[in-house]
Amino acid sequence: MTTLIRGPEAVQRPAPAPAARRRGRWVTIALFLLPALVLFLLLVVAPILVAFYSSVFRWNGFGGLPSNFIGLDNFTRLFGTEIFGQDLWHLLVLVLLSVCIQLPFSLAIAMLLNQRIRGRALYRVVFFAPYVLSEVITGVLFSLILSPESGMANRLLSVFGLDSEWLANPDTVMPSLFLVMTWKYFGFHMMIYLAGRQNIPNELIEAAQIDGATSWKTFRHITLPLLGPTIRISVFLSVIYTIQLFDLVWILTQGGPSHSSETMAVTMMDWGFKRSQVGYASAISVVMFLLSLVFALVYQRFVMRRDLAGATTSMGERR
Amino acid sequence: MKRSLVLIATAVLMAGCGGGGGGGSSTAPQQGGSPAKVTLEWWHLSTAEPLKSLWAQRAKEYMAKHPDVTIKATVLENDAYKAKLTTITQSGKAPDIFATWGGGVLRQQIDAGLVKDISSDVADVLPTFTPAALSAYQFDGKTYGLPTDIGLVGFWYNKKLFAKAGITEPPATWSAFLEDVKKLKAAGVTPIALAGKEKWPGHYYWAYLAMRIAGLDALKQAATDHDFTKPDFVAAGQQVKALADLQPFQKGFLGAAYSTPDGQSATVSNGKAAMELMGQWAPAVQKDSGKGLGDDLGFFPFPAVEGGKGSISDAFGGGGGLAVGADAPAEALDFVKFMTEMGNHSKAVESGGVLPVLKGEESAVKDANLKQVATLLAAAGGYQLYLDQAYPPAVGQQVNDSVAELIAGTKTPEEAGKDITEVAKSEG
Repeated sequence: MTTLIRGPEAVQRPAPAPAARRRGRWVTIALFLLPALVLFLLLVVAPILVAFYSSVFRWNGFGGLPSNFIGLDNFTRLFGTEIFGQDLWHLLVLVLLSVCIQLPFSLAIAMLLNQRIRGRALYRVVFFAPYVLSEVITGVLFSLILSPESGMANRLLSVFGLDSEWLANPDTVMPSLFLVMTWKYFGFHMMIYLAGRQNIPNELIEAAQIDGATSWKTFRHITLPLLGPTIRISVFLSVIYTIQLFDLVWILTQGGPSHSSETMAVTMMDWGFKRSQVGYASAISVVMFLLSLVFALVYQRFVMRRDLAGATTSMGERR
Repeated sequence: MKRSLVLIATAVLMAGCGGGGGGGSSTAPQQGGSPAKVTLEWWHLSTAEPLKSLWAQRAKEYMAKHPDVTIKATVLENDAYKAKLTTITQSGKAPDIFATWGGGVLRQQIDAGLVKDISSDVADVLPTFTPAALSAYQFDGKTYGLPTDIGLVGFWYNKKLFAKAGITEPPATWSAFLEDVKKLKAAGVTPIALAGKEKWPGHYYWAYLAMRIAGLDALKQAATDHDFTKPDFVAAGQQVKALADLQPFQKGFLGAAYSTPDGQSATVSNGKAAMELMGQWAPAVQKDSGKGLGDDLGFFPFPAVEGGKGSISDAFGGGGGLAVGADAPAEALDFVKFMTEMGNHSKAVESGGVLPVLKGEESAVKDANLKQVATLLAAAGGYQLYLDQAYPPAVGQQVNDSVAELIAGTKTPEEAGKDITEVAKSEG
């Protein structure tokens, strides 16, 4: 069965070149890489190093590089605050909600739009459209819609005699935030799943149907397993996005009411730019970076191992 | 290959670093004799009328007088302004001319060498300003900015809604104030509008209560001994809590902003709440964000607290001033002086956009409420700058944060005091 799937293995590799030609090729490659490499070093590696460096100083961000070395004090201080614990909790809640609700929902929509239904191209475009909007526009849009006093959401709900404070209440702010996140991102995940689904050969589905499999069984035993790589990458993107979640929260709530929707990135912004404790904010960013990095490595090593075989795990060596 | 790569990377890095520290100005080098073209970067946050057009008008007039000067204004709303200014100052630059509230934030910028000491250049005009207006921009006898506005925070209220609740005159004491809040609630009126999402409007309540209960000196002392756990401060927190427990704020206030179409200002402006605690700009922003109350708008000072150490004549607030970047061309300061000349500044006072900062300018105040503010200001016994400006940024923001938590009911007055103290100690 698996022989039918075209994976990276199927791509033909060119025959090895003679040594001299290979060396010449390396120079060419290096030259072509140079501009990107310089930009990468300047804009990605250098800031990361500076953040690591300044995270061990007490520094208000002014004047050259920091000088007041305080060791790991910023980190011990961070781990001792209530807000950091809350940030982690919010992260966990959003990741769980995303993986357990948002992604299955996207998958369901994708399966639905894979059927032959009237106007499915239109649906696909409409569902994907929110993803194209910038986070800021989404934030402004929903702060108007979810306004407790004059927002559209409450006007609609009032027809049924209901109403909610949405983002203005510590108890409802996280579900509301998740709602906005889902609105913005389900179309994106739907698109990934649709693309993944279309890579599954119809022969398999047909064969299953001929064998008398119900549509649920076909989905459960054929579509879902073959969508595995797609689902794993979509979970990965979703988690990394959630760790770094900032724009949407900043526009919608600024982390409030009283920190109940604060994420790590919001805490970092608060200390770095509003409170001028850049050293401490750098420590927060370092923790975020390490969290993302560890997650990415562990996830790729253990979960996405098969999907990425040959791409990252084996350094591209020939097998 | 490797070495040349490192060389190129280093060269690019150094070029990148060398470009910094040039200041926000783009002054062409002075060529002997003929005046060079000068572009002045001017950042301010007067996004509401009448100041928005008035300031633009001033810039135009100045440019007409000085054809070689171009003034490029960047006008941003409050929070965005603070964020953008912080970002650029931390990169080691400052705009040529920028709006400032003075206090601890300006102090930090001065310590970083970003602000020009203008003491000797403004010596000739200094005596024309009122001392209260100048105080926020002077440190250790040196002057770093000139004021364009000074005012105080007080209650702006809707006379009609007060009358509806049977309140005949504004409360003079805190307990009378709490009673009036209950009366308003009983009459079906939302007593107070508050922007809970932006934390600075909430901090006014705690700051004023701390001033009335603990006194001005206690707040000044706290800046040096970093102790916000004293009984008087906790008592101020308890009064904030007592107010919040009456649930006096509009629906969804924890998510409300200040100047947005459904924010604090608009809520009062559209008659949906009876009052707000806000600075002298409140009427202008109300007009901008909603229908406006017209003659129904009244003003009363923050009430006295029975048995408190502070006096009702102590004023809390701030103004606005213009500071000049350390590397700004001479024209920058000249423009600041131009802006604050009697003839020019009194036009802004007449428009109701700002309050007098110059001696003898009081007569230009036309609006009855603003006249009351100006009178209170002139008679003020003591003056306290906004705490989120007076203290270093980390402490000021923590005050805002802790008061917001108090109002939301997630922290007790004791915990709030402890949190502020902790941050104040971390600034040391």
